[in-house]
Amino acid sequence: MNNTTSGSGLPPRHISFDILRYNPQDPATAPRMQTYRIEDADSMTLFIALNEIREHQDPTLQFDFVCRAGICGSCAMMVNGRPQLACRTLTRNLPDVTTLAPLPFFELIGDLSVNTGKWMRGMSERLQTWVHTLEPAPDLRKIEARMNPDLAEQIYELDRCVECGCCVAACGTAQMRQDFVGAVGFGQIARFRLDPRDVRNDEDYYALIGDDTGVFGCMSLLACHDVCPKSLPLQTQIAFLRRKMAVA
Amino acid sequence: MLREVFIVQSGLAEIGKRSRWPARLDVVQSLSGLALALFMWGHMFFVASILLGADVMWAITKLFEGYFFLGQSYPRLVSGVVAVVIALFVVHALLALRKFPINYRQYTTVRAHAQAMKHGDTTLWLWQAHTGFMLFFLASAHLYQMLVWPQNIGPYASSDRIWSDGLWPFYLVMLLTVELHGGIGLYRLALKWGWPPLSRHSLHWLKWLLTAFFLILGLATLGAYMKIGFEHRQHYGERYTPTWGTEGEER
Repeated sequence: MNNTTSGSGLPPRHISFDILRYNPQDPATAPRMQTYRIEDADSMTLFIALNEIREHQDPTLQFDFVCRAGICGSCAMMVNGRPQLACRTLTRNLPDVTTLAPLPFFELIGDLSVNTGKWMRGMSERLQTWVHTLEPAPDLRKIEARMNPDLAEQIYELDRCVECGCCVAACGTAQMRQDFVGAVGFGQIARFRLDPRDVRNDEDYYALIGDDTGVFGCMSLLACHDVCPKSLPLQTQIAFLRRKMAVA
Repeated sequence: MLREVFIVQSGLAEIGKRSRWPARLDVVQSLSGLALALFMWGHMFFVASILLGADVMWAITKLFEGYFFLGQSYPRLVSGVVAVVIALFVVHALLALRKFPINYRQYTTVRAHAQAMKHGDTTLWLWQAHTGFMLFFLASAHLYQMLVWPQNIGPYASSDRIWSDGLWPFYLVMLLTVELHGGIGLYRLALKWGWPPLSRHSLHWLKWLLTAFFLILGLATLGAYMKIGFEHRQHYGERYTPTWGTEGEER
């Protein structure tokens, strides 16, 4: 690995990673912290650092990744207590000792790997996050109805969610109440509410999120908004939904 | 297709019609909090009138007792206002309890979460929860006192209560608690409903400016009552007579 961290001729910086290791599939193991030390490098991301560790130090270390570019949302983990995408975290911004842990709330697969997909699917089914039309099945031969570009842009803005789970892991309410919908769910309801193809009205959405497991349970701590790696406008969307559901 | 058929086919019928109560309770929690916070600030201005002089505070006390428009003082009018505040307080406390951790495990989880996250608004919420819990006791004691002995409000009566009755530590703790709780609560209320439409950064600054202003005003006010109470300790129980003098209306 290239060790010219800044090209300044200074000795290369070393970073220690204290990683929470636990394999729930193996009842003989207990959760423990394990420290790995690597040499920092230019433009190194946490994702690259973890691969470096797995390749050269410990092939048993479990963590998830697919895209390496902040698109798939697979590599979310707690970095020094905050949820972040490993692939969007530059090691030069990390302190000399960094603690890594799996996202809380989600089912642990092992070490830093969690099953966000299972929870996201459950949330999607619960909130019915798909376009509801009056036709039993869309006619795929027909040209789709035109949509106002500004509206399409607004929908796209909310559709950028990658379901990484950072918002749920950062949410104080979700830590206390496992059945809380979370900001990812609110974002999706806000997205389908905008979609003119979806025939549901606010009364229908109220049936989905109109209680304390939904929008009225949100305490507006807004850590979701602050940690969202896609910078989604969660603060305004949740407040908007709250106003709409209060009078739905 | 009829909407009823759609509702069945889409699975919405299985969810059923949700009760309107969660929405109502959320609105009532917000409105009761807003009313209490605004009352708290108004109350602070009234008690701070002592900084403008004992005569001003005396006049404001008399105003609330109806002296200037009923011809004589009726302290029970103050009790009436206190009763309304108690009702608001109980409703707000009951509804806010829904957001509290319901057991020790939840409490330690959310506390550890806040410590690990080092996230300002999450930490502020913990402060709000803790101060809210303290207010169950502090505000109850104060409200009961004002409900039962409304006649003991006035430049000397209040000062004697604060100094000679030794209640200044109680008021000092309550001042810090209520200002923090109310300030954070109003800030969160604005974020929760998205109004006023200011940026979070601006709301944050506004919140701390207001909290600092009312804390300074409150500390100065408490200091003024303590000073008057100290100077008046030899005449404990004596009521204030305004400098222009009125017969039979001393407090």
